Amino acid sequence: MESTDISAPDYFHKVVDCQWACPAHTPVPEYIRLIAAGRYGDAYMINWKSNVFPGILGRTCDRPCEPACRRGRVEKEPVAICRLKRVAADFKDDVKGRMPAPVRLKNGKRVALVGGGPASLTVARDLAPLGYDITVFDRDRKAGGMMRSQIPKFRLPDTVIDEETGYVLDLGVEFVGGRNIDSLKGLLDEGYDAVFVGSGAPRGRELDLPGHQEAQANIHIGIDWLSSVSFGHINRIGKRVIVLGGGNTAMDCCRSARRLGGEDVKVVVRSGFEEMKASPWEKEDAQHEGIPIFNYMVPKSFTHEGGRLTGVVFELVQPEFDPKGRRTLVPTGEPDLHFPCDDVLVAVGQENAFPWIERDIGLAFDKRNMPVVDPDTMASTHPKVFFGGDAAFGPKNIIWAVAHGHDAALSIHRMLSGEDVTERPLPDVTVSSQKMGIHEWSYDNEITPDRRFRVPLRDKVIALADIRTEVELGYDVKLALQEAHRCLNCDVQTVFSSSLCIECDACVDICPMDCISFTQNGDEADLRTRLKAPAPHADQALYVADGLKTGRVMVKDEDVCLHCGLCAERCPTGAWDMKKYFIEMSHAGKPCQSSRRSAA
Amino acid sequence: MTYLAKPKFHHPSLPKNALGYTHRDYEGSISTLCAGCGHDSISAAIIEACFELAIEPHRVAKLSGIGCSSKTPTYFLGHSHGFNSVHGRMPSVLTGANLANRELIYLGVSGDGDSASIGFGQFAHAIRRGVDMVYVVENNGVYGLTKGQFSATADRGTKSKRGVMNNDSPIDMVGIALQLGATFVARSFSGDKAQLVPLIKAAISHRGAAFIDVLSPCIAFNNHAGSTKSFDYVREHNQAVNKLDYLLGRAPIAVDYAPGTLQVVEQHDGSKLVLRKLKDEYDVSDRVAAMNFLARHAAKGQVVTGLLYVDNEPEDLHLHLATVDRSLNSLGDADLCPGAATLEKINASLR
Ligand SMILES: Cc1cc2nc3c(=O)[nH]c(=O)nc-3n(C[C@H](O)[C@H](O)[C@H](O)COP(=O)(O)OP(=O)(O)OC[C@H]3O[C@@H](n4cnc5c(N)ncnc54)[C@H](O)[C@@H]3O)c2cc1C
Ligand SMILES: Cc1ncc(C[n+]2csc(CCOP(=O)(O)OP(=O)(O)O)c2C)c(N)n1
Ligand code: SF4
Ligand code: SF4
Ligand code: SF4
Ligand SMILES: [Mg+2]
Repeated sequence: MESTDISAPDYFHKVVDCQWACPAHTPVPEYIRLIAAGRYGDAYMINWKSNVFPGILGRTCDRPCEPACRRGRVEKEPVAICRLKRVAADFKDDVKGRMPAPVRLKNGKRVALVGGGPASLTVARDLAPLGYDITVFDRDRKAGGMMRSQIPKFRLPDTVIDEETGYVLDLGVEFVGGRNIDSLKGLLDEGYDAVFVGSGAPRGRELDLPGHQEAQANIHIGIDWLSSVSFGHINRIGKRVIVLGGGNTAMDCCRSARRLGGEDVKVVVRSGFEEMKASPWEKEDAQHEGIPIFNYMVPKSFTHEGGRLTGVVFELVQPEFDPKGRRTLVPTGEPDLHFPCDDVLVAVGQENAFPWIERDIGLAFDKRNMPVVDPDTMASTHPKVFFGGDAAFGPKNIIWAVAHGHDAALSIHRMLSGEDVTERPLPDVTVSSQKMGIHEWSYDNEITPDRRFRVPLRDKVIALADIRTEVELGYDVKLALQEAHRCLNCDVQTVFSSSLCIECDACVDICPMDCISFTQNGDEADLRTRLKAPAPHADQALYVADGLKTGRVMVKDEDVCLHCGLCAERCPTGAWDMKKYFIEMSHAGKPCQSSRRSAA
Repeated sequence: MTYLAKPKFHHPSLPKNALGYTHRDYEGSISTLCAGCGHDSISAAIIEACFELAIEPHRVAKLSGIGCSSKTPTYFLGHSHGFNSVHGRMPSVLTGANLANRELIYLGVSGDGDSASIGFGQFAHAIRRGVDMVYVVENNGVYGLTKGQFSATADRGTKSKRGVMNNDSPIDMVGIALQLGATFVARSFSGDKAQLVPLIKAAISHRGAAFIDVLSPCIAFNNHAGSTKSFDYVREHNQAVNKLDYLLGRAPIAVDYAPGTLQVVEQHDGSKLVLRKLKDEYDVSDRVAAMNFLARHAAKGQVVTGLLYVDNEPEDLHLHLATVDRSLNSLGDADLCPGAATLEKINASLR
């Protein structure tokens, strides 16, 4: 293998698995260390810069970082990265003074944002401080998009949404609530220099089965029902409720129903329990509230009597695999099951809809009736129009909407500055040694063997009594500190210098994870089998360095390194050092410096 | 010296041996030696050898004297028996322990100061009596623990870190061990575990006096230019005579060396030592030839390593003394008091 180029900004970024997995590349270990140090405000601001909604995301994020967390590879559960974010938001001091001041002298460029969800608000947050004149339009009266209209209040209280959408709007952004944009052409005709479409994926899929017509008064589309609940238009439901669907919307529907009079609430899914789209923790929360989940049952018809829904008939199925491993569901042959109920909530998927975008204005749509959008720049085929969030590629989640927003803002800024939109500035990388003395390191490298700490919940009886009562209480300061100590500091990198190494094997012998080997070079597949411990995960890099006296190479498998620093402690010559790697992603307003590529 | 505790976490796919242990289960407490000390690599090699042989830790007794090398038994086999004796007296303590309980595996760990200076006589007698043991000397040419004075194995003409010349003749402990009748003699290097681990395994399986001289650079006092016990010097002058693939009715351990001719030495207990010859003329079963070979190469400044001599019909002290074949603590009254009739017989024979 070639020696690893550790100056490429991506190399060490990938080692920080959580940060790499986060669509907005939040510097996770850095904020966790700040929380451990009690510097909640600083931890909040680092988050705010990356993901704009720390308090909201700390309660609701889909957390792609957690399955990536290295801790989950050396013991059962990852660090509670998401809920630690909430700790920063809960315990910070007043951060208003740390926010950018509204720009008084605008730059004369006007940008319209359609929709007031996380995608648009991120664009606004990035562009407003640069002097752009930003107007956000939403048909709802308040900003927040689905964070406000869909996510139930018992998971995300309005106060948190108000606070964090407020920080954005206070940057001098104009929010026009209650206005539906019904023509993109018309909006462009108003003379905006750029338009960002962050209108989400607002249409819930129907389930047109026999009996639907007759019983429709008690069959509700999940997302429509949830927004009516959020805005207080609906506050009751029947005693017996069936929720159809296995995604997160279904979980929010069933838990909301439990709080609005539903006593016997069931979730029924076509697939197996394991394959359900809902996150494991959402399923757990629903089951904790006494909601059973039935699987491998396909809804066949709605039963009714005198114009009233009486139940749902299900066919029982089982999975069957063809030789290619593809799964189909086939009937078991057992008799159908009838579940009686008073209401049905249909949560079987969400779709995009752009009836307000004219098809003759130079904005191309593809076969599936989705706009053609460049995934790097978020540009459409219309030079002035950009997309992001659920509107761009279909329903995802808040953190993806934020990541799209950053990319789109950067594109809009470059376009309106006369720069090439496709050229993207490289992130800023700083690397600094953490050695403070012979046996002193600036970070806590004592690895705690603790299991993941549970987030305390409110008493079930109280939580179920009021739909606006938040269920999770969040970590207190003590639990937060303990959980923070579980972080392995993966951003403190092991950096090797061949010229200093005397090949004494001290690092090899001390490494608790058998990460380091000195061996003859070979190609990657071969090397991976010849190391001190096998390195089967090809997505985890091998760090290779040549230039040793014996002609061998040093190979370090990054996979399960604890970043404990023992290798650097035991190296007699300082050939290993522990260096903190900090990467700052390029947001709008940063000059292009793609020629500079430096780390280490 | 390291102040960090070694985390208990280990690689998720570490292999387990027949007892269900990983190599981490054979560790001791964290080393307090200087970072980079060769002795720590020898500890790691002992750990690996015991792991691979699936030795039950409670069947091992580790004995040592005084010195950095003699401190190392604390850093491996944390669940085994141990005895840290006074300076140079490990061989007699080991001999006594072995006589009392022949059922344990005896691992004597010593330094060149501990064994070639103050304990030279002790070393000599344990070897010539054929005590069933593995005797490892962690040889760095200096008294590491007392700040680097030359030991008796330092070559004539080598320079200390401060530039002082050594004018005394060196003791080659391998030569002495051969001369005094050790039945398994090897030399290796702390920086070459591929060679060292199989040698330790073979020595453990050998039923007689097994001696291994391991060159083990002292990073603090003897790793400079002008030393013949530094990493660089040993690497440049290393002449391996063979490569040992140890076999115990198990698959051979793959080694990444060019193949030479194979020699299989079947031991008394049926286990086999499979050797890849790297020097054609070298024969591991010829004690006198071995002594000649060593002397010739030493004169050229070369360091001969590998399995240097093995006797496949070793005898040991218990055989010579016709001792009882069980440990003394397992003998009951009936074994120890043969009764009046036997006493009568003995008395009669003396009349
Ligand atoms: C029930 C449910 C629960 C969810 N839970 C989570 C969760 O826990 N965590 C998570 O990360 N994600 C969750 N999501 C997904 C998440 O809410 C969305 O992915 C995210 O809000 C998308 O952001 P966005 O900015 O693209 O659009 P949205 O948040 O959908 O905002 C779009 C806004 O545009 C407005 N709009 C649309 N068209 C027009 C128009 N023509 N004129 C004016 N205004 C218009 C809409 O009113 C809306 O306010 C959930 C979704 C649902 C349905
Ligand atoms: C009876 C006695 N004399 C002298 C000493 C001082 N002393 C301690 S260790 C040592 C030499 C150790 O050298 P070596 O066995 O080579 O071990 P190393 O530290 O080099 O590994 C000496 C002379 C002592 N502890 N006891
Ligand atoms: S920091 Fe060094 S010693 Fe610790 S696990 Fe990683 S490679 Fe091993
Ligand atoms: S401890 Fe340092 S000098 Fe020794 S092998 Fe490792 S990197 Fe090289
Ligand atoms: S003084 Fe020498 S022998 Fe002793 S621990 Fe340090 S390096 Fe090892
Ligand atoms: Mg010594």
